[in-house]
Amino acid sequence: MNVLTLLVEWFSDPAQWTGSAGIPVRLGEHVYYSLLGLLLSTVIAVPVGLFTGHTGVGGFLTTSLANFARALPTIGVLFLIVLLAGIGLVPVVCALVALAVPPILVNTHEGVRGVDPRLKDAAVGMGMRGREVLFKLEVPVATPLILLGMRTAAVQVVATATIAAYVGVGGLGRYIVDGQARQDLPMLLGGSVLVVGLAVVTTLLFAGMRRLLVAPGLRAEAAATR
Amino acid sequence: MIDAWEWATGIVDWAVGDWSHPGEPDRGILARLVEHMRLSYVSILIGLVIALPLGVACVRWSPVYPPVLTGVNVLYAVPSIALFFLMLPYTGFSDWTAIIPLALYTLVILLPNVVDGLRQVPEHVRQAAVAMGFGPMRRLVFVELPVAVPVIIAGLRVASVATISMVSVASLVGLGGLGQLIVSEGFRRRFDDPIVVGIVLTVVLALVTDALLVIAQRLLTPWAHAGKGLLARKRAARAEATAVAGDAAVTSGTVSDHRESP
Repeated sequence: MNVLTLLVEWFSDPAQWTGSAGIPVRLGEHVYYSLLGLLLSTVIAVPVGLFTGHTGVGGFLTTSLANFARALPTIGVLFLIVLLAGIGLVPVVCALVALAVPPILVNTHEGVRGVDPRLKDAAVGMGMRGREVLFKLEVPVATPLILLGMRTAAVQVVATATIAAYVGVGGLGRYIVDGQARQDLPMLLGGSVLVVGLAVVTTLLFAGMRRLLVAPGLRAEAAATR
Repeated sequence: MIDAWEWATGIVDWAVGDWSHPGEPDRGILARLVEHMRLSYVSILIGLVIALPLGVACVRWSPVYPPVLTGVNVLYAVPSIALFFLMLPYTGFSDWTAIIPLALYTLVILLPNVVDGLRQVPEHVRQAAVAMGFGPMRRLVFVELPVAVPVIIAGLRVASVATISMVSVASLVGLGGLGQLIVSEGFRRRFDDPIVVGIVLTVVLALVTDALLVIAQRLLTPWAHAGKGLLARKRAARAEATAVAGDAAVTSGTVSDHRESP
């Protein structure tokens, strides 16, 4: 039997769609971990990136630290925290935050730092103060880049939240880990397809957010040069 | 404070004691480190070998590029554990189970950088090469690729850090170099020393590889910082400025996407 029919069979089995191990529950858990990780990372990374990008203070330090953090093996972080703090949501979210902070932080920093100095001069010339320059000029101009960093982080988080299953928590990773353990190929494939689908939806959501949040003037400019 | 000190010295003691076992070449930390280097470096090289011709093709036939890029991005969203498991029936416990997925993942970073690098070759440089009688192939190899080297290496730096940290996941299928310290010696035995050693060595390996790539870039682009005269110093200053821009791309790995728009 080929892979596609196996998959269709797995997805069309009504047992998949109900109960505590059903697709809706697992999907919900996966989205919950991912959202929690992404929100926490954003709350940590965006203010720091805005500060270092705007003031230039500690810019080198933060980008170096972020680079360093990108080299951290996620499963190492996850397993170490599990050993120290025990199984639960904490290690999973910590590992995801360690994964998602660097791209958001670096893109926020670069986005704010890269704002055209002439625009900043114009803003100051119009009588804006430091904080106004940041929130009325730099943040809007940096928004596309910040969103791009968040998108990169979100796709990585969604793909990596699968390893939550390894420390006994739920999420779509359960299908992949259990499918492997039981030699159940359709289950393994089904879980992977769901994760990929979720990542694609995430990408589309960010494309939508870009439309909503990026100022029309900037959008027109980007479209003209593209 | 004293606890932390004892914890740290305990880890160092463990690392020194288990560094290598004479007579058993496949045991010890050193063997895992070498395995980690082999898996990651081969994956990155294969990724580069695929990305270069693919990038050249995408520049030449530009309508191909968006669908190829989308395909590569979707592939990147497949969780690495799932790909490793799916490879198992075909490649068993050989290195290829880790290398093939890892090489495919590097494409998501390498391909856009190769394409952007080739696209930013100034038109007058290309025309000068044509005027000097360079055919398409010689122009590509001797003019366009060398000019694109900084952008390609920026991509390689991001890809190598990502790959080196991702190799560890392959330890869940019994490969994975330093990840084996983390999973089989650390996690399954409830023992934190190997996990810390695994994390630290992975990070060190990533940083050393990154430094090697920076050196490689300097060697491959001697014109960016050659000579001592006033002109050369001016040129160096300018190269510095582009190098900073390159670093920006390096640190995020996503700025290259952005570069298309301005």
